[in-house]
Amino acid sequence: MKVRAALAALCGIGALAGLVLGPSAPAKPGPAESGRQLYVEGCSSCHGMDARGSPGRGPTLRGVGAAAADFYLRTGRMPLADPKDQPERSDSPYTGAEIRALVDYVASFGGPPVPRIDPRRGTVSEGNQVFSDHCMGCHQVVGQGGITTQGVAPDLRKSKPVDVGEAITVGPYVMPRFTDQLSRREIASVARYVDYTKHPDDRGGWGIGHIGPVPEGMVTWLLALFALVLTIRVLGEGTS
Amino acid sequence: MRRLLRTLLAVIGFGAVRRRARRRHEEAQARRAERPTEPDRRAENLVVAALLLAAAAALAFVVLYLVTPNTQLLGLTFGGALALLGLAAALAGKRVVSQEQAAEEYPEFGDERAQGDVQAVVEESGSSISRRRLLLGAAGLAGGALGAAALLPAASLGPNVDGTIAATPWRRGRRVVSRDDKLIRAEEVSESTFVTGFPEGATKESLGAPLIIVRVPAPELRLPPDRLAGAPDGIIAFSKICPHAGCAVSMYRHPRFRPTAPKPALVCPCHYSTFDPSRGGKLLFGPAGRDLPQLPLQITAAGELEAGGDFYESIGPSYGRSREKPGRKD
Repeated sequence: MKVRAALAALCGIGALAGLVLGPSAPAKPGPAESGRQLYVEGCSSCHGMDARGSPGRGPTLRGVGAAAADFYLRTGRMPLADPKDQPERSDSPYTGAEIRALVDYVASFGGPPVPRIDPRRGTVSEGNQVFSDHCMGCHQVVGQGGITTQGVAPDLRKSKPVDVGEAITVGPYVMPRFTDQLSRREIASVARYVDYTKHPDDRGGWGIGHIGPVPEGMVTWLLALFALVLTIRVLGEGTS
Repeated sequence: MRRLLRTLLAVIGFGAVRRRARRRHEEAQARRAERPTEPDRRAENLVVAALLLAAAAALAFVVLYLVTPNTQLLGLTFGGALALLGLAAALAGKRVVSQEQAAEEYPEFGDERAQGDVQAVVEESGSSISRRRLLLGAAGLAGGALGAAALLPAASLGPNVDGTIAATPWRRGRRVVSRDDKLIRAEEVSESTFVTGFPEGATKESLGAPLIIVRVPAPELRLPPDRLAGAPDGIIAFSKICPHAGCAVSMYRHPRFRPTAPKPALVCPCHYSTFDPSRGGKLLFGPAGRDLPQLPLQITAAGELEAGGDFYESIGPSYGRSREKPGRKD
């Protein structure tokens, strides 16, 4: 998929890039120039040369801001092999510097900045409350992810606090946006709770994948069966 | 690695238990050979104590069930009663009733004298019990109490909720508040989010209370003409309780970019019933037998959301034959 995307970007965009940049493109572009160049090469086939989107392929990037660009690029959700695919977390083909240049370029069209998320400003208990109210339906109560019809809600175990803040601000793919309802402190609490779910405090001992009461019940039954057989064995010993 | 080690230890432990049990078995056989058939008062007392404790635990279950149905305590008392009854049975079998092991040549089949001997042995096995009536009484009490504890939860099957289940706190003019009792204003419901609302001044716990509110761009609304007024500015409210199994409809699928993503829908996380908000909660997919009930809304002069009446359809999960009912109220 990645290779196909790269090829498509090279073939489809190469001609356009040549036209726009011309032969006089500088050999060592500055940060702004390199952001534009990367954009033209990797993004413009769907989002348009002027970042105003193209019908049926990709939305406009004017006004999405650094928050969306950073979220999609840093988590490897963009570039996408096929515009109809659901963007999913993967290793980004770009280097850190390239991502920064691209984010700066997209941010130059305006929009919200990358949110500053400090999980220490929130609490795990408030995070659990807010997460249960707004996020659990799709992402499952300990952030293991799940599905909605025709879509996948990602596993949050790889999500950094800033990813959480960006997703809440941006509302990527089919996720709603929650900035109107959640305060900055509540968002920090959610980020802290998501961090907590990576190593939850398993009071019962063994978490059994944290996927709910059904596997827990099954394990209990198996253990109880073992204890029952042992008891029967001991009881029957004297009369065999 | 650690788990493997633990498993290994468990297997070794089990082996040791078995070896010890075998040794004890041999010792017991040796003892039994010379044991006089005197009543074992201590064992009898233990059995009686276990039976009485079982009865007490079962009665505690009955009392707790009626007073405070705390499931942890209910489980503890009922499980405890069963375990104590088992303990009493095991003790009675091993210590109270004298046991004899005898190996002898098989006599001819149908030997009447041998049958008589067996009968005598069976009858004698209870002969060393001194307080037969006390034991039987305690066993009867434990059995009766456990029976009562087992049967009582049938009371939870009633009463019939027909009618009361469809009652909701929503009336014309009742304002919508958030979970922390703040009034919800119309502009808070933006197009890319969902809001959970509750009736002002009523319990949030009842089946008819919670709402899921979204905003559909007005040109996209496909509502019957008589329902259009209930969705002012495209703000549309539904019961948050799925009409299938009563879970909270807590997923709002809202695409950032329509052409490449599935269209907006309200989805229940339990069994993925999917409803279309722009068509008044019409069922698109899933096991629900009817549409998501819609609540008419209106916007007050101060810009707050309030109900324009009760739900258009009856709310709540499906039961009996209500699954296929259109649910429309008259």
